[in-house]
Amino acid sequence: MSPAVVVEELSEAPVATEPTDKIKTASWRTFRPVIRLDACTKCYVCWKFCPDVAITFDEQGWPVVLLDYCKGCAICAEECKPRAIDMVKEG
Amino acid sequence: MTTVQVVISGNHAQSYAAKLARVQVIAAYPITPQTSIVEKLAEFVASGELPAQYIKVESEHSALQACISAAALGARTYTATSSQGLLLMHELLHWASGARAPIVMGVVNRAVAPPWSLGTDHTDTMAQRDTGWIQFYAESNQEVLDTTLIAYRLAEDPAVHLPAMVAEDAFYLSHTVEPVDVPSQETVDRFLPPPGGQFGLRPGVIARLGSFVGPELYMEFRYKVAEAMRRTARVFPHVEEEYRRVTGRHHGGPLPRYKVDDADAVLIAMGTAASTARFVVDRLRARGKKVGLAKLRMFRPFPVHAVCDLAATVGRIGVMDRSFTFGATGPAYTEIAAALHGGVARPILRNFIAGLGGRDVTPEAIERMYESLLTDRGPEVEWIDLKRDVKEVAHG
Repeated sequence: MSPAVVVEELSEAPVATEPTDKIKTASWRTFRPVIRLDACTKCYVCWKFCPDVAITFDEQGWPVVLLDYCKGCAICAEECKPRAIDMVKEG
Repeated sequence: MTTVQVVISGNHAQSYAAKLARVQVIAAYPITPQTSIVEKLAEFVASGELPAQYIKVESEHSALQACISAAALGARTYTATSSQGLLLMHELLHWASGARAPIVMGVVNRAVAPPWSLGTDHTDTMAQRDTGWIQFYAESNQEVLDTTLIAYRLAEDPAVHLPAMVAEDAFYLSHTVEPVDVPSQETVDRFLPPPGGQFGLRPGVIARLGSFVGPELYMEFRYKVAEAMRRTARVFPHVEEEYRRVTGRHHGGPLPRYKVDDADAVLIAMGTAASTARFVVDRLRARGKKVGLAKLRMFRPFPVHAVCDLAATVGRIGVMDRSFTFGATGPAYTEIAAALHGGVARPILRNFIAGLGGRDVTPEAIERMYESLLTDRGPEVEWIDLKRDVKEVAHG
């Protein structure tokens, strides 16, 4: 959606031409997941359960949280079998 | 201008109108008493008379979604439903108006369960009055056909771009045949140009309709719908006049009047009850009672100015509702009282609840409404023909 100056210039219907992955949706997060790699077994349960597809992998296959999209729901921390994810309050 | 007179049901009047409008996408899901509308359209498509995409969907919810998507790409769309089917569409009704999709939908007014019923009743469409749809209520099969064509032109007007529903009373219109003048295709083509100027999607361009917005813009999009609905009231008379120019027919604006000029009391009715009320007006006038009728043809946008103009000339207004808002009054009554609030004219207002679930609104019932209105007896809201003793009523 292009920014409008006055309401009359706003498009009549709410149509977005930006793909959703260009829109940062993490602004309301209060706790962020922090993965302790020394405890991680690369089982990828966190990736499987993340409802926002906000976990990806680095070149070595370690899970990485995409903080532009993670809303801090803590499902990954709940599901992590070796308890390798801590939820840390945002500053 | 060649017009063919045919004898058809209100439902087939919807089908003929959609065909004459050259609809491009039809989404169909059956429900009594609507089904014969989309059945007739299926015949038109199968025979090649109507080159449209006919989508058989798995629910009314999907029917309206199919129309929204097609309309967003600029197609002229049609669907029809009734009662529970309209209720299932409720979520998508909001999506349609928010997407500014000029869908036209036929609604056959049927009572809402429970108890299960097939009879006519306006609760189904009244429950959709806040969804941003233009709403028409028809009195005759001719009005069904004409209003459906008018609805397309109005809905697609660049100043409007809102969906519209054309409601007809179950069985009294949907399954009753009447002579209907069907205008020629050339006549309708002159009135209704091909659709254009969609606000939504374009083939080949990545876009999302109805995307997320935060509090910083949500209100503004709702305001856009409100403004479009406000403009609809201004555009409608021009569309009706244009329809008169090509067909010779005009149904009298949002609130056509009958013998109100010297009337002591006027009843406002909707749909087929207006025909009965007109008959009663003549009968009571023959007995020297000065009564009149106004027919509420358009419910959204609500014709506030027409109601105020009427109130300026008459001291007693009765409103007949074929539905009821639990915990309040009949919905038409609420709107009329609100329209008059704070105005100069302050007529005596009464609300009559009648004809729910297909109960006949007889001339005698309407006479009782006029008598009650003229004599100041009875409560503000009066249920007409309500059975107090139901012991003798057989259970079906």
